Amino acid sequence: MDLKDLYRDVIVDHNRNPRNFRPMPDADRHADGFNPLCGDRLTLYVKLDGDRISDVSFQGDGCAISVASASLLTESVRGRTVPEAEALFSTMHRVLTREGEDADPAVLGKLAALSGVREFPARVKCASLCWHTLEAALHSEAAPVSTE
Amino acid sequence: MSLALATTSRPDATGAPFDVDAVRRDFPVLAREVNGRPLCYLDNAASSQHPRAVIDAISSYYETSHANVHRGVHRLSQEATDLFEGARETLRGFVNARSTREIVFVRGTTEAINLVAQSYARPRLGPGDEILISWLEHHANIVPWQMVCEQTGAKLRVIPITRRGEVDFDAFLGLIGERTRLLALSHVSNALGTVVPVERYIREARRRGIPVLLDGAQAVPHLPVDVQALDCDFYCWSGHKMCGPTGIGVLYGRESLLEAMPPWQGGGDMILAVGFDRTVYNALPWKFEAGTPHIAGAIGLAAAVRYLQALGLERIAAAEHELLEYATRRVEEIPGLTIVGTAPEKAAVVSFTLERVHPHDLGTILDHDGVAIRTGHHCAMPVMEFFGVPATARASFAFYNTRAEVDRLVESLHVAREMLG
Ligand SMILES: Cc1ncc(COP(=O)(O)O)c(C=O)c1O
Repeated sequence: MDLKDLYRDVIVDHNRNPRNFRPMPDADRHADGFNPLCGDRLTLYVKLDGDRISDVSFQGDGCAISVASASLLTESVRGRTVPEAEALFSTMHRVLTREGEDADPAVLGKLAALSGVREFPARVKCASLCWHTLEAALHSEAAPVSTE
Repeated sequence: MSLALATTSRPDATGAPFDVDAVRRDFPVLAREVNGRPLCYLDNAASSQHPRAVIDAISSYYETSHANVHRGVHRLSQEATDLFEGARETLRGFVNARSTREIVFVRGTTEAINLVAQSYARPRLGPGDEILISWLEHHANIVPWQMVCEQTGAKLRVIPITRRGEVDFDAFLGLIGERTRLLALSHVSNALGTVVPVERYIREARRRGIPVLLDGAQAVPHLPVDVQALDCDFYCWSGHKMCGPTGIGVLYGRESLLEAMPPWQGGGDMILAVGFDRTVYNALPWKFEAGTPHIAGAIGLAAAVRYLQALGLERIAAAEHELLEYATRRVEEIPGLTIVGTAPEKAAVVSFTLERVHPHDLGTILDHDGVAIRTGHHCAMPVMEFFGVPATARASFAFYNTRAEVDRLVESLHVAREMLG
């Protein structure tokens, strides 16, 4: 396994310049995610137009994988319906673990850049934190999400 | 480390440096590779590696002498008991306790502190009483006290630290008082490496009749400890941070205090006679050792003590201090790197952050080069909060590490900077 498989250019870019990295005072939903193992913390904000995600942003502090993953998430779920976002979450989940090796690159788009994470099991939680947090935001669970 | 700490002089502590290559050959794991590179193990504060002597002592026990202790007249039970109680005597000598009655085998530092919290503190504390700890503590020296506070209505007070990562002695003098029932301090901080000048704190506490517990998990492997010279009441440590096995550690307790404490757990071995209306507890230290103990662990730990003593604790401290100075100088040259914890007296721990590179990524990138460090909050979340960082990267050195390994660390840190910085 090569480090460049994990830290692909897309990841490095999204870590250096995270997209949609801002608070959203008028968010309809938000949730906090926390990975106690490495101290990654993020807040995810969602604005809904019916069941369509009209805007999504995040803030927080974390490793390159978690920041890039959250940044990529915001780009890929904006404009999608809640069921579509949830379907993407389940695809991502499989991509990050072994089962998703056959995932359709067309469905994934830029998210495919995260597929190298599966070679680094210790880092899977970093990449999935934002997805679990999105899930919590969409269901507006009150308690902060933890990867533990 | 050339510290003015309570030390006992050891006959083998000649002061002359040892041959690190020969020492490294004593540790089988140091011959292995990780990702095609020789293992560079710089996570010793989390757990250290084992010399052949420790591994052999454990296998030889299992191969020839295993039986349950304290309960058989047959040969193997006698041998196992002799080895187990012999280990206790070795551990007694290691910290210069007055008697083996003061040496209680436990699972580790965490269990030792919980034992004191539940058996010493809990029956004595009530609302208005205070337990004093510092901001530097490992969670193992925070949570057991919080639990006992919840159980009794006592209050936990916390001594602040300075920007350099030292416990603030003046603040301590303001906090210790009429209501303080116990002072619980780490001897050496695991997150930052700070060596706390515990003697000053103990003196103040004892003047007021307040007992002192020291968390020695990080101290015992790196500086000679003499519990009589320190004059502390409890000293807790783990085997696995001093080249011994996991699952074994020691609670040293002043005999008069242990004598007055009720047992913590009940079962076999901790009793003399059991009847349904009355049970007579065993004498010290067995009163606190309910159930079959970790016999092989104690034997392995004693072997670790003998190994360290043969090398010389003073020489070990000197070698580690030399590595600390070299590593500090080298990593400081890296642009954007900040060392967290700059107390004047430190164990061989370098905790740091690197601009724009998260510690967790550092951990992965270094591992790729075969360099093992710890990243995260180091079970000391309040310390991280104090310095305003979610996590740090921590390289911690043992006497079997070399300058060449420090160079590899530095080289990998440059790779990380180029990749993500
Ligand atoms: C200062 C300190 N205290 C307590 C502990 C807990 O030790 P153990 O996990 O062996 O019980 C550690 C180990 O991480 C430590 O470094």
